[in-house]
Amino acid sequence: MSLLKVELPGLALKNPIMPASGCFSFGKEYSQFYDLSKLGSIMVKAATLHKRLGNDTPRVAETKSGMLNAIGLQNPGVETIINEELPFLAGFDLPVIANVAGSTIEEYEQVATALRRSDIAAIELNISCPNVKEGGVQFGTDPEVAAEVTRRVKQAANVPVYVKLSPNVTDIVAIAKAVEQAGADGLTMINTLTGMTIDLNKRRPLLSNGVGGLSGPAIKPVAIRMIYQVYEAVNIPIIGMGGVRDAEDVLEFLLAGASAVAVGTANFENPLVCSEIIDDLPFVLNKYGFDSVTDAIGKGHIDA
Amino acid sequence: MKKLETHVVSIENIAKATFKLVIHVQADMLNTIKPGQFVHIKVGEGTEHMLRRPISICDISNTNETMTLIFKVFGKGTDQLAKLTEGHAIDLLIPCGNGYPMDDIEAEHVLLIGGGIGVPPLYYLGKQLIKKGIKVTSILGFQSAADVFYEDDFQTLGDVFVATNDGTYGIHGFVTDVINEQSLFGDYYFSCGPTPMLQAVETKLKDTTGYLSLEERMGCGIGACYACVVKTTDGESTKKVCQDGPVFKANEVQL
Repeated sequence: MSLLKVELPGLALKNPIMPASGCFSFGKEYSQFYDLSKLGSIMVKAATLHKRLGNDTPRVAETKSGMLNAIGLQNPGVETIINEELPFLAGFDLPVIANVAGSTIEEYEQVATALRRSDIAAIELNISCPNVKEGGVQFGTDPEVAAEVTRRVKQAANVPVYVKLSPNVTDIVAIAKAVEQAGADGLTMINTLTGMTIDLNKRRPLLSNGVGGLSGPAIKPVAIRMIYQVYEAVNIPIIGMGGVRDAEDVLEFLLAGASAVAVGTANFENPLVCSEIIDDLPFVLNKYGFDSVTDAIGKGHIDA
Repeated sequence: MKKLETHVVSIENIAKATFKLVIHVQADMLNTIKPGQFVHIKVGEGTEHMLRRPISICDISNTNETMTLIFKVFGKGTDQLAKLTEGHAIDLLIPCGNGYPMDDIEAEHVLLIGGGIGVPPLYYLGKQLIKKGIKVTSILGFQSAADVFYEDDFQTLGDVFVATNDGTYGIHGFVTDVINEQSLFGDYYFSCGPTPMLQAVETKLKDTTGYLSLEERMGCGIGACYACVVKTTDGESTKKVCQDGPVFKANEVQL
């Protein structure tokens, strides 16, 4: 299946499909539905230095063609993730992308340093979580701060670093260029859009956190637009995400400029969705006249 | 757990905004079902409803190869489920959650305490308990007379007490009022219903071994997304309602 292969820094992908961070935990639950070795890669749930219990419930709310979440980066801490979660994935034939989060630049560095002792292929630097009070998105909305955390994590890490960009900014191109200059090996985009829904009976925001991150098909056009703009401004690869649900969505992300594509919310609707997309992708590429995945990357651009 | 595509055998409006949905499920799958487990149902086709709806298993019939689910219409998703018709395709994850610890129960008399849409999973549990020779007494609480369902079905298991909050049917008050008034006592209890009811039951029956089935808004339904967590009693960690629950031992988690 060489037509699906993609080579990215640190990631020799047999196909461009991977579950998005936070939607797939560390893979165990989904492994009862299909062989995870089928995936191009897996973006595991965010790691912080210490255990985080996350926000109060309700943490999710359905919205039209999407959902809001405010989990709050709940995770057992990077040591437990290295010792108890990642070994399970070593049994599968796929490169693992660890998601690194923190409340301070030092914490990001410490998590990236701890991960040197693990078997991961790349880091996804999460400077865009909208659901925690300290850290997260505050590192992803200012180009200089984003560049600084990227530089420090690059120094701490022993694998390529992909910076996950927030869509909740005025100019995403400026952030993308800043982290590229700071040494990012790639970008992943987009994280969720901040949103809110109000319970009509209770007359209060439905999520206990008030605001949450909007994901699902509702945000796909925003993701496509942002990837399209960033692709024209940077020379590092982009892993695209935001509302992907089928192989035609994947092709649209490739055309916009993504080199690989992550699937998030759609896993909840259909736990087999990544596997089904991988099966469908060769037919969709063929239907629209492409010889391979790499042949389609960026082909939605006017001068392509 | 499997993703199962099956079809609706029948659907019936059995009380106010309350629907009894019978679906076809093959016997080999039914044999794996434990009382207290649930299914995670996809609402309609297309992208409008991206989250499945968790619905507890009310009953199974191996001879008919059917499963009965009872749900209440709360919003647009459940309203769409209520519009399903006989023969319509339905997509579910099955079975979800841990269920009641059937093998560990050593009891002579069990109280089943259900509130509203928490009543259904207690029915299949009760059927399994009486098969083991355990006496069952059911205490069912509803808002109002129009909300009452399955009273006759529970009668086939043992004594049944129905309470309504507004007194329009049965005993006026809450399930805990029934326990007080009737001086009901069992050596085990199982309860499912709204959180305030579970809190009252847990307090009232603090000296009895009990198991509670919890409700929470869910994402994936399989333990991957951390949407439906509850804190353990010590506050130091969390449990996932969809995967570690929905059944928890009384006082195991914070209500």
